[in-house]
Amino acid sequence: MKTIHIAMLASLLMGATTQAQNPLGLPDVPIPENNPQSAEKIALGEKLFDDERFSSTGDVSCATCHDKEKAFSDGPLVTSEGIRKLTGTRNGPTVVNSAYYESLFWDGRSPSLEDQALHPFINPIEMGLSDHEPILATIRDDREYVRAFRDVFDVRANDITMEHVTMAIAAFERTLISGDSPWDRWYFGGEEDAISESAKRGFDVFLKDGRCVSCHMIEQDFATFTDNQFHNIGVGINAMQDRVPELAAAFMQAKQQGIDVDVAVLTDADTSDLGRFAVDDQLDSMGAFKTSTLRNIAVTGPFMHDGSIATLREVVEHYNNGGATTPEEEINAFLSGGIRPLDLTDEQIDDLVAFMEALTSPQFAELATMLSTASNSGGDQ
Amino acid sequence: MNNRREFLKATTTGLIAGMLPVSLIRLASAQENGPDFTFAYISDSHIQQIKGNNFVRNWDQGLKRAVAEANLLLPKPDFVVFGGDLAQLGNKPELDHGAAMLAGLNYDKVFAVMGEHDYYLDLGEYWSELYGEHYYSWDHKGVHFITLNSILTYDEWTFDRWETPERRMNEMAGLDNPNGSPFMVGKKQLDWLKKDLAEVKNDTPIVVFSHSPLQKIFKNWNFWTEDAEAVQKLLEPFDKVNVIYGHVHQIQYNQIGNIAFTSVMSTAWPWPYPESYALAESHLPILTVPMNRADPFNERDATGWQFMNMHTGRVDLEFNLYDNTNRTVAWNDEKGHPQDTVHAEPTDRTLPQSHF
Repeated sequence: MKTIHIAMLASLLMGATTQAQNPLGLPDVPIPENNPQSAEKIALGEKLFDDERFSSTGDVSCATCHDKEKAFSDGPLVTSEGIRKLTGTRNGPTVVNSAYYESLFWDGRSPSLEDQALHPFINPIEMGLSDHEPILATIRDDREYVRAFRDVFDVRANDITMEHVTMAIAAFERTLISGDSPWDRWYFGGEEDAISESAKRGFDVFLKDGRCVSCHMIEQDFATFTDNQFHNIGVGINAMQDRVPELAAAFMQAKQQGIDVDVAVLTDADTSDLGRFAVDDQLDSMGAFKTSTLRNIAVTGPFMHDGSIATLREVVEHYNNGGATTPEEEINAFLSGGIRPLDLTDEQIDDLVAFMEALTSPQFAELATMLSTASNSGGDQ
Repeated sequence: MNNRREFLKATTTGLIAGMLPVSLIRLASAQENGPDFTFAYISDSHIQQIKGNNFVRNWDQGLKRAVAEANLLLPKPDFVVFGGDLAQLGNKPELDHGAAMLAGLNYDKVFAVMGEHDYYLDLGEYWSELYGEHYYSWDHKGVHFITLNSILTYDEWTFDRWETPERRMNEMAGLDNPNGSPFMVGKKQLDWLKKDLAEVKNDTPIVVFSHSPLQKIFKNWNFWTEDAEAVQKLLEPFDKVNVIYGHVHQIQYNQIGNIAFTSVMSTAWPWPYPESYALAESHLPILTVPMNRADPFNERDATGWQFMNMHTGRVDLEFNLYDNTNRTVAWNDEKGHPQDTVHAEPTDRTLPQSHF
């Protein structure tokens, strides 16, 4: 811990002179050169994020599935609900700390937060617009928006484009970062009492027997808990592997003919489970999904790309089985070479869960307590 | 797909392009007359029984993945070859379990090559029930294919030396084993090969499948065929000969006269390169290190299977390496030998490890 202390101090000192201090355990937020942060832009982004008028039914905003009250996710929904309660194929990931991802969406089909924000507006099961024009029309008709866009981007109403809209949304999303978890205070901050003994043992399992850290990476002075890579861990594809040849061929043919991949992966469960393959066509990507962060994982369930696993304990059991949610399940042939049975003991599994529960940031502590109470009293969490 | 031009066209226009090796696209400019088709090659799966129905999961997974991926290739290759060492200790449960997984291949034709791990328990008897003759030949689209059983050895070693078949199997399975014996094709098969080749015109492209290299590389690990020169001699009169072999669990290529040699990968585990362990002349370590991986976390790393493109009488190999960068060893017409398409000149290479 000593060396970490020193590294921490150094980064704090440097931080003090160059910029606002990062939450404990997090690195600088990567900010694209062409979209610098400003208070006005962030405020505008938040307003856009919450605006339900940008959907065909006028009642779905970004915040519908990325709800501030639910750690910017939409638990306990298994998969997200868009207009008219239409559900897609993917579990709503939290926006919190998404600024650190190198690609967005579970299959990484979007390279940036700016690009990502374009897609849900025009997805038939999300916000349902046929194109982005109604958004621009609404904005140009709204005096407050016109003023805000002028202040932020120095544009006149008619010159506002989706690029401006998504830049503002992305700027807001880049403020949604949260570290400072009890684990951060223990590991990076050296506070011995910040987490339980069980969580400390769990961190050891995380590093060693559980092999978790190989993908949910941590660095010497920060931890994003992702390698930003895609792995087939046996979720989704296990159940449909016999149909992969047929589905993959049909999908590739459809892609060739110009179908919208974004729509296909969200509306068709089978296509969705092809995972990253649907994006990059590589055999190695069959059934693979992005490594998600573990920060605030206890408040952003249910888990996995399809929301198919309800509790953190079952998640660990899935890995412990070597990539099968139930021991009987046949593991798919495309499984990542990093996934194998772990033979963790029940106590190790409990400890790992305790460790993950120690990754909840203070702003979501109350939500964590609420969810935990609900689950203990037999609620539907 | 009967015509390579059509095949390439389908590839370059993007139909399932992602599933197909880029080498095919690259080769579109290298058109010449000659038979063109593709086949898949899976090898060295070493299916190993632990007890009863319990088999080593890792080796199972490597073969299953090769089968599943080969089933995704479109346009579909003409056939699949399994390059030997389906089993680890040659017993019926292992061969049955391996054969059951191979049966998942959605192909009409699967050709099998005998490996020493399939052979030395019952001298290939049960393997024959599954896959037929130990050596055979056939013609396909103008190419003469020959499968040899190159893992035989001296009769005395095979028939007289060991008290049990299990002991014989185990002795042959070891590397750096002073009790081992060098592989060979043997006189009977050489006679057969001579007769078989007598019917073949010199300008007919020939592809030979063998388990061991039909060249001499490293005797201690049987990267070796004792009578390789005799085989090479019989193949000498032909304009274009290609030898594809397994056993070495690593990528090798070489040219001897008209014969282009290329090895294939194992679906189970990689062997290190002998030179990496040549600390000093003739002082190879007794301990055989099973893997020398960039990524020890990933048990599929440095394993894989091959997709082969037969064109103008030569075979280009696309190594489909799980979770890793694929490699291509293609015929280099200018140099007159196969070469890795990202071949590094000796001066640009990473030197082998010199400390352990």
